[in-house]
Amino acid sequence: MSSAIRLYPPRPEKVYVYATCLVDLFSPQSGLDAIRLLELAGVEVIYVPKQSCCGQPAYSSGYNDDARTTALSQMALFPEPWPVIVLSGSCGGMMHHHYRRLFAGSEHEARVNQFCDRVFELTEFLVHVCRIRLKDQGPSTSVVLHTSCAARREMKVHVTARQLLGQLEQVELREQAYESECCGFGGTFAVRHPAISEAMVQDKTRHLNDTQAEQLVSADWGCLLNINGALEYQGRTLKGIHLASFLLSRLEGSHA
Amino acid sequence: MHNQPQHFHAQAEAALADKELRANFRGAMDYLRDKRKTAFADAGEESAIRDRAEAIRRRCLSKLPELLEQLESNCIANGIRVHWAENAEQANAIFTDIIQSHGGTLAVKGKSMVSEEIELNDAMAKEGITCLESDMGEYIVQLGRETPSHIIMPAIHKNKQQVADLFAEHVPGFEHTLDVDTLIQTGRRVLREKYRTADVGVSGVNFAVAETGTLCLVENEGNGRMCTTVPEVHIAITGIEKVVEFLADVPPLFSALTRSATGQLITTYFNMISGPRKENELDGPKEVHLVLLDNGRSQAFADEELRKTLQCIRCGACMNHCPVYTRIGGHAYGTVYPGPIGKIISPHLMGLEATRDLPTASSLCGACGEVCPVRIPIPELLQRLRHEAKQDPAPGALPLRGQKAAASNTEAFVWRSFALATRQPALYRMLTWCATRLRWLIPRKLGPWTRCRTAPKPAARTLRELMAERNK
Ligand code: SF4
Repeated sequence: MSSAIRLYPPRPEKVYVYATCLVDLFSPQSGLDAIRLLELAGVEVIYVPKQSCCGQPAYSSGYNDDARTTALSQMALFPEPWPVIVLSGSCGGMMHHHYRRLFAGSEHEARVNQFCDRVFELTEFLVHVCRIRLKDQGPSTSVVLHTSCAARREMKVHVTARQLLGQLEQVELREQAYESECCGFGGTFAVRHPAISEAMVQDKTRHLNDTQAEQLVSADWGCLLNINGALEYQGRTLKGIHLASFLLSRLEGSHA
Repeated sequence: MHNQPQHFHAQAEAALADKELRANFRGAMDYLRDKRKTAFADAGEESAIRDRAEAIRRRCLSKLPELLEQLESNCIANGIRVHWAENAEQANAIFTDIIQSHGGTLAVKGKSMVSEEIELNDAMAKEGITCLESDMGEYIVQLGRETPSHIIMPAIHKNKQQVADLFAEHVPGFEHTLDVDTLIQTGRRVLREKYRTADVGVSGVNFAVAETGTLCLVENEGNGRMCTTVPEVHIAITGIEKVVEFLADVPPLFSALTRSATGQLITTYFNMISGPRKENELDGPKEVHLVLLDNGRSQAFADEELRKTLQCIRCGACMNHCPVYTRIGGHAYGTVYPGPIGKIISPHLMGLEATRDLPTASSLCGACGEVCPVRIPIPELLQRLRHEAKQDPAPGALPLRGQKAAASNTEAFVWRSFALATRQPALYRMLTWCATRLRWLIPRKLGPWTRCRTAPKPAARTLRELMAERNK
């Protein structure tokens, strides 16, 4: 495991973006928005079209060999020493933390650890490396933030997401009850233990909805797939979008 | 019949459907979480306490065999008789032998999860020995012919109405009331009488000190001290992992334990037992026995990563913070230790066949690891057990009991295909192309996913395609 305190490099010229399979397939707009946001923050963004999935689903199901195969193939796609910006806390957690565990003691260990050090979650990178200053151009609104458990506990980027929202003058951040509790997704958990997952997502959506915020934002598409699906099933108007899309919508006009 | 881990799914569904149960757990967990939070108001102090506790546990486990030997010889020097039990059966036989050699028929017992693990009460009942629980929660659970649903709050699944109803049914002369003080006094009155007449007192052990041969017992009600001092014979039972090296190791662990468990800085009672009554002493048992139980722990010990499981000091914080436990409660697990710790320890105690649904019943949210006072990486251990339940042991490693019990060819095929698709861009491209172009074919019902959610809809174009257009 890496140390709890992370030392951040100065802002690089170029970064890779790792959009994650869920963004690729379910919300490509989030990916485009995140890339634009990074560009506005002053870095050149390289998008490697061969990227697929970080391997977390196999890993969390206990298929370490398959996860290793996937991990090696992904790491090979990012040969230059630039940071790899991941648009999800949980995939970030996989690539920043769990890759280390997967390859501990193997011939790949040193190379993998170097790769892991280069992995940043989007909001963490924007705040700590780019030191971005957001100029809010949007109308006044209210949002509620959901951070994935991995973002919160593995990447410890719950704070950075809030810091970004906090920079927006016209945006009121609403707090939901049991904010730190899991939404019940957990990848294959939602399918393996559907009844428990259902109880969790129902509580989560209730608490989010109770805030009466106009917009739900999250930097994790896994959670949003789960939460949005449940909100829609319940016929709610609240809907989650990627934090990157939300931030960009607030900036638009200022950098046009 | 008690619940069993083999029927986890059905038991969890039943628990989820029980509104009263869910409300009881939510309320109780909120209360305990708040207590812990107050006790650890200073994050820096919390971190320091946990670091220290973790370091102690790791050090002690790293020399477990030596410390156990040292404990044994120091206990013997103190006049404590030491017994070793490989499994529940042997442990119960040791109890039977001791109690019967004194012609005993009644034992009073302080809270001990290990005694639940070996199902001591049932085993003794078969020998004509009554084992009466004296911890208030355990007493309530015993009256209701149930098992504990939490490791420090055995009756937390019950509200006061349910407790009052139980007393009304079982305690002669009890006048129905919801006054908590009266309820507690009622239980106490019944138990007081028993301490005096019991032949044997039974207890667990929180820390067994190798250096001095001392058994430490943490409690709030005073019943534990009654059990260990009033009857002529005291039998303590503990898992072999509870040994610590030095007396000085105890205070930091004690502090970590009580803050994490009930949010207390210190408990009302802290007992240190270092032998039977001496010549010139007025109280205490004439005989003290210590039963050291393995029951699968040496399997966990044998592997350096899985060994971390044994760091546990049984505070219950992981279950209090677990979103799964909060919703289904302890009984659904069908194991003595429920919640996150139960999911990682039970496979060693019972084998992976019986417990194979437990390690998967977690979203790996990490709430447990975040609060564990000895920093057990519970999510990592869950992942490890998921792995062991599916595959052969690593080359050179000893197989776990029930190794590969959850192996499935279909699943293995799915993940092999997944790995193939992720490393072959052309294949991955084709799959996502199909998913986007054929998205109107995605059925509205998608098995378990759509029982409370709409089916996810792929976008019309993947990011890869949109980026290709953007870069043109
Ligand atoms: S695993 Fe950690 S949090 Fe859970 S009971 Fe044990 S010591 Fe407490």
